[in-house]
Amino acid sequence: MRFNLQPISMTATAVLPDPLGPLLQRITGDEKHAPSAHSTLDVLWVLYDRVLHISPDTVDAPDRDRFLLSKGHGPAAYYAVLAAKGFFPEPWLDDLGSWDSPLGHHPDRVRIPGVEVGTGSLGHGLGLGVGVALGLRAQGFTRTRTFVLLGDAELDEGSNHEGIAYAAATRLPITAIVIDNQSSTHGWPGGIAARFPGWDTSVVSGRDRDRLERVLKPRHDRPNLIVATVERKGS
Amino acid sequence: MMRESFIATTTELLDDDPRTALVLADISAESFVPARRRHPERVLNVGIREQLMASVAGGLALTGMRPYLHSYAPFAVDRAYEQLKLDLGHQDAGAVVVTIGGSYDASEEGYTHQSPGDVALLDTLEGWTIHVPGHHDEVPAMLRQAARNDDRVYVRLGLQENDRAYPHADRLHVVRTADRQSPLVVAVGPMLDPVLEATHGLDVTVSYTNRPRPFDAEGLRALAGSEVVLVEPYLAGTSAAAVSAALEGLPHRVLHLGVGRSEIRRYGSWRDHARAHGLDAPGLRASIVDFLG
Repeated sequence: MRFNLQPISMTATAVLPDPLGPLLQRITGDEKHAPSAHSTLDVLWVLYDRVLHISPDTVDAPDRDRFLLSKGHGPAAYYAVLAAKGFFPEPWLDDLGSWDSPLGHHPDRVRIPGVEVGTGSLGHGLGLGVGVALGLRAQGFTRTRTFVLLGDAELDEGSNHEGIAYAAATRLPITAIVIDNQSSTHGWPGGIAARFPGWDTSVVSGRDRDRLERVLKPRHDRPNLIVATVERKGS
Repeated sequence: MMRESFIATTTELLDDDPRTALVLADISAESFVPARRRHPERVLNVGIREQLMASVAGGLALTGMRPYLHSYAPFAVDRAYEQLKLDLGHQDAGAVVVTIGGSYDASEEGYTHQSPGDVALLDTLEGWTIHVPGHHDEVPAMLRQAARNDDRVYVRLGLQENDRAYPHADRLHVVRTADRQSPLVVAVGPMLDPVLEATHGLDVTVSYTNRPRPFDAEGLRALAGSEVVLVEPYLAGTSAAAVSAALEGLPHRVLHLGVGRSEIRRYGSWRDHARAHGLDAPGLRASIVDFLG
């Protein structure tokens, strides 16, 4: 765990690189998939802080960049990043999963500003993302980018492999990020990148924000996979 | 014939409305080659990947496009049910799902290519408009109407057709009138002609609809006496809940006729299967006469 979850003063907050620590702390302890939640934290922060062209003012703009969290479980880090960037009020973080809260254990696009897709059942985000990228291309939004974040265990779902093959066959400009915390029960002998034939691939530390920025920023003229490795789940 | 209407109308929609997209999973892809040549970014064939076909439709809709998708009903609905549920419904997104091969149309292919339960499956989900045309001339208006909204729409194309089209049969349309208190027989889509033949000489009112969802509850309440027979070309009893809700508080007897649950491990034609399920005119007449006593 890289974030100081202890109470910190306002002065200390000012010198942190980002405000995520205190925001994560506000998300209550009944969040059910805690380890995987934070595996996505650095990738999400780099995306929203340095890469994506999207802001609270442009959540409905047709040419906004799209980020789809396919791995919808463990959304604490996602919620913290969205709140930090002003997509919804920070006090929402204090009340997760209650009757009156817009924030569930899986995100709902209808309830949360800035959330592009409601996910939870694994293996849906990449197919949706392929459709989003195709829709943007068909409408001439060639500068708009589409990103999908998955987990390595999520790749167990066969539906992903339909999207992987079709994106390659059509040279679709889409970026998939697989957070690899080695949580897939039977693993991926030979590596995750080998499951993405026809894609540009890179494998980086999911904790190195500068490296993440360097692989996330460039545009590719075909599908692009970034495997972001983090500490093993449960370690 | 219905499939040809679908191909012609959807090709026109692709030419006329830049919002229209078509997502295929190999089935009928050959027929859309000219459209694909003109609109390569809006006519998409994902290969034999029906889950992806439905997910792609959801993604296209999220960018503001109007996706039509098409395959055999068992693949588009049964197989991709969760994609329809989550990648359309849960996203609050819409699409137009156009199928062939409902019930026993793919009689020679066998049960793997048949879906008697497609409408029942969609009935578990929110907000689907369901069209079951009884004639190929009813198909174009259904597809064109669907282009003008963002709803979730299902169009169930079949091989069996009535002799003529009824252009305004969204609501129950009375085809043969009897006394107000006579039993009412409701025929859905291609069940109309066999129902008309089956009830020849019987004192019953026959009404027709090619849009069973949302069900015309108001029309049923207005037309029904105390005895109602509902004949639909998919799983028997699919509309039982809708009929029961429409007639709530009214004393009534209902008979639901449709495709049976037992798998018929025979091939032949759709006519053979209709007979086996009691959905040909003699079978329907026997069931209806028995019910009415």
